[in-house]
Parts: sequence; structure tokens; C-alpha cells
Amino acid sequence: MVVTRAIEIDNLCFRRAERLVLDSVSFALDAGELLVLLGPNGAGKSTLVHCLLGLAAPERGHVRALGDDLRSLTRREIAKRIAYVPQSGHSAFAFTLEQMVLMGRSAHIDGAGSPSAEDRDIARRAMIDAGVDHLRKKAFTQISGGERQLALIARALAQDAPIIVMDEPTSSLDLGNQGRVLDLMRKLAANGKSVIMTTHLPDQAFNLKARVALLRDGRMIAEGPAEAICDLSAMSRLYAAPLRRLTDDGAKGVVAFVPDLS
Amino acid sequence: MKFWRAPPAADAETHGLLLALVAALVALALASLAIGRYPLSLETIADILLGRDIDAPGRATAETILFLVRLPRIATAIMIGAGLSLAGAAYQTVFRNPMASPALLGVSAGAGFGASLALLLHLPTLAVEAAAFCGGLAAVAASYLAARSTRSHSLLTLVLCGMVMSALFQALISLVKYVADPVDTLATITFWLMGSLAKANAADAATAAAPTVLGGAILFALRWRIALLALGDHEAAALGADVARLRAMVILCATAMTAATVCVAGIVGWVGLLVPHIARMLFGMEPGRAMIATATMGALFVLGVDDVARSASIIEIPLGVMTAVIGAPFFLFLVTRARGEQWS
Repeated sequence: MVVTRAIEIDNLCFRRAERLVLDSVSFALDAGELLVLLGPNGAGKSTLVHCLLGLAAPERGHVRALGDDLRSLTRREIAKRIAYVPQSGHSAFAFTLEQMVLMGRSAHIDGAGSPSAEDRDIARRAMIDAGVDHLRKKAFTQISGGERQLALIARALAQDAPIIVMDEPTSSLDLGNQGRVLDLMRKLAANGKSVIMTTHLPDQAFNLKARVALLRDGRMIAEGPAEAICDLSAMSRLYAAPLRRLTDDGAKGVVAFVPDLS
Repeated sequence: MKFWRAPPAADAETHGLLLALVAALVALALASLAIGRYPLSLETIADILLGRDIDAPGRATAETILFLVRLPRIATAIMIGAGLSLAGAAYQTVFRNPMASPALLGVSAGAGFGASLALLLHLPTLAVEAAAFCGGLAAVAASYLAARSTRSHSLLTLVLCGMVMSALFQALISLVKYVADPVDTLATITFWLMGSLAKANAADAATAAAPTVLGGAILFALRWRIALLALGDHEAAALGADVARLRAMVILCATAMTAATVCVAGIVGWVGLLVPHIARMLFGMEPGRAMIATATMGALFVLGVDDVARSASIIEIPLGVMTAVIGAPFFLFLVTRARGEQWS
């Protein structure tokens, strides 16, 4: 019997201007699993994220969400299965945080419809879960980067999709906000969501006890539990730089890597 | 980029304000019936509208002025104001650019060129309108593609490309005028482009109303989906929007609305830039409320400006001149306000 994975990437290839940006990338994720995607700048992480969302069409290979190839699904059907948390950028328009989160319900609203009372309830719950409910009347342009990121996660929660893809969700956040975002991700996985995130910080994978996939020059060079994959030599090779490995004093097994300047 | 720092006012507060605006529009429309060179008292107007006192002296003249001159003009002004404002708001959303507007994107000039070319060829009215629409569409497509090909993320790039297109189409309009027969066609084109509601009749009102009402209805029906486009293509698509089709639909509607206003009133600038900004400032981004506010305030603005234009002096002041005098300083205000913020 074939078991349907939450999301399954099979032999994915993507070419941009003659260059193979993704070369035969394959992995799969079940419900409740967390996958941390590590790789140096230009490794193809963003392209992979775009392929995962169906925003970029692969040259070869498949992305399947709950068993169906994304190419066979409409945008709305994809949005009901996969939610996207972008890096919190600037917005030209001052939507309130509440309106922003409500837009997560779009896939569940008919073309000419507007959000129902139920949609507003769901959005409200998502804001409470993400800890941004007290900011709901604030303009998106007025809140901090960390608050924006949490709000975008709230929007993905409101979207109510079993798969959540996050593109460097912690890249511009201070340590406190990083912790808040990671904690939220852990809870999401515990509630049965499949979460894929890209990051430049391997310690986050240890912290989340997540699976790790290493992407370099468009190829997946290793995949597995963080403690098995992310040793000093693998990380130094991945980032092509001398690194130092730091461990904490307790039993939590969090490992961090910093550039070695000596 | 942050445009408005002020948080949108509380919901209950804006509901009252919106109702007040609609009431103000109705009141101004009625009052406008009494404004003009020929004195018509509100009492006479009420008598005519309610069918009372049919044998009063001067009744026939009063009826003619009311139904054939003032009513069509007022209806046309309302439709032009609402149409240009809604088109401006739509362009601003799909291009994610608070500086976009029918005039600044070159749509108005493109539509003017299309229409003057059709007039030069002595085409029938419907063909003139279709030509205006095609010209407008060509202009907005050219502005958008030119801005995109620069790969610049600055908001001013699109405005700059729009101004280039606008200048180009203005030059083409001059060319059409140059080759036009000075005895009849030239005068027609010139008057037509000058943009005045002085000769607005029932047909003009219908020309302005049909695309405005139809386009406005489509934009209103899709308002929650269109709002997604303001977030950018990737986010909108990931939230379930069919971005390419939705954008094409919005641009078609906004351009049809703009072209219709150009067909009736010539090139009236600034309304489509000014009004959506004030509407957003007062009512926030909630799609339904923002649209109703934009349409109402646009109608109020153009109707008010036209009332001044036809009553302030013995000679009528062209509508486009009045809106520019108010709109241009406002645009500068926006630019200076945004200067401290990131533009890209």
C-alpha cells in the first residue's frame, strides 16, 4: 500500500537561464514533521521554496501535496493545502494586522465573496495563538519586524493548511522574537502540521529537534536528524568556511556554529 | 514603504462618517440643481421634481434647464468622479504603488489619443469610445512593461514611465490635431479634449455611467481578492489568487472606466490620485468600505469642483484646470511626506 505523505518532492530540477538551480532534489515530509532547510546564499533555497508553493514550475520532477501533483491543482486548492510565510517585508499599504490575517482566509472564500463571521472567528483565534491579538487594530506598517513576522504566521494559521512553508522566518528578528517564532513552529508541528523552513542558523534545527536538509549548488547533499547531519566538518563544507562548534552546558543538546576567525 | 502612519479610525466611527459622506453627496447633487447662470430656486426645482404647480410662469424653460442641462451634467460629474477615483484606487492596488493614477500612468493621454484618432477618421461614437479604451490600454501596458524592464523597485519608476508615455501620447495627439482638417475636425478634437462638462447631455451621462457602474460592480464583487494583489504576486498567489487573470481583469475595468471619463470630459487629472489617498487615510484598507468611500468622495469632489467651475466666473473654468490646481500641490505633499521613508 502506498502511504500518502503530506508533501513529497521527487527528483525536482529547475533551470534558470541555462543554469541548473535545483538538481534532482527529493525529500518527503509527514504530518507533524519539521524540516529545516540549510544552505549557503545562492544554494537554491528560495527557488525550492517557490517550487514547493507552485509559484515556479520545475523543469523535471514533481511536488505532491497530500498525494496530488501541484500542477493538477488550482491556486485555491494549493492554498488550502500549503500556507506560505514570507520574510516580513515592507507593505506599501497600511492594512491593519487583522485585515492581513483575514486575507489568509482567501482560499476558503468564493471569488466574489467576503469573509464570513466564521472566517473572522478563525482569524481571531489565529491571532490569539500567534500572540498578536492585542495588535489587531494596528496598521501593519506601524508594528515591529518581529510582530509582523508573528502576524504573517497568524495569517498562515488562518489559512488552515496542513503544510506550512516558511522562508527565513527569523532572519531579521532579535533573539527574543526568534524564540517566539521557533516556539510557535514547534507547537504547530505538535498539532500535526508539516512545517518546512529555511534558515541560516543550524542551531535552530537542534533547538527544534528537527530534521535537516542540506542544500548546496542546487543539490541535496545530506538529510536526516540535526544531531546526525550537522557536525563541524559537514557545516564547514556546506558554508565553505572555517567554523567553530559551540555547545550549551545542559542536556538539551543545542549546538551552534560560529565563524572561526583565527 | 509607509504611507499613512495614522491608524485607521475605529469601525463605528467610520460607519457614521461614511453615511455622512453619502448624505452630503445627495445634498450637494440636489443643491447643484439650483446652481447656474439661470436662476432656479430650490422651490421651483421641488415643484418640477414632484410634478406640482404645472402652470407656473416659466415652467417650460425651467424644465428644459433642469432635465436637459443640469441633471445630465450633475449625473456626469458624479460618474466621472466615482469612475476616476475607483480606477485610481484599482491601479494603485494592482501596481502596489500609491502614486499610480489614470493620468500618471498615461492612461488618460492614451485614451485621448485613441479617441482623437477615431474622430480624425470620422468614426461613429461607439468606435471613438472603443478607440479611447484601446489607447488607454496600450498606454498602461507600455508604462507597466517599461517600468518592469528597468528592474527597479522604486515606486517613482512606474510614475516616471507613465509620464513618458503620457508625453508620448500627448505628442501623438498634437500630430493628429496637426493633420486634422482645421475647418471641422480640428475644432471637434480640440473641444473634446479640453475636458468640460458644459455640454454634457443625457448621452454623455450614459457613456460615463455604463463602464463606471459595470466596472465598479466587478471591482466591488472581487474586492477581497483584489486586495491580495497589494501584497505582491507571490504572496497573493500563495494565498490562492489567480494573479495574472485577476490583474488583467482589474486593469481592463479601470482602463474602461478611465476611457469613458476621457470620452465625456477629456483629460481630467489628479482625481484618481488624490481621492483614493484621502479615502484610505480616513477609512483604512477594509476593501468594501474603502471602495464605497473612494467612489463617494470622488463624486463629491468632481461635482463640487464642477459647481465652482460653472458658477465662480462668467466664463467657465475647465474642470481639468481646477483639479490640477488642487491636485498638484497635494502630489508634492505626498512626495515630501514619503521622502523620509524608504522608497524602494
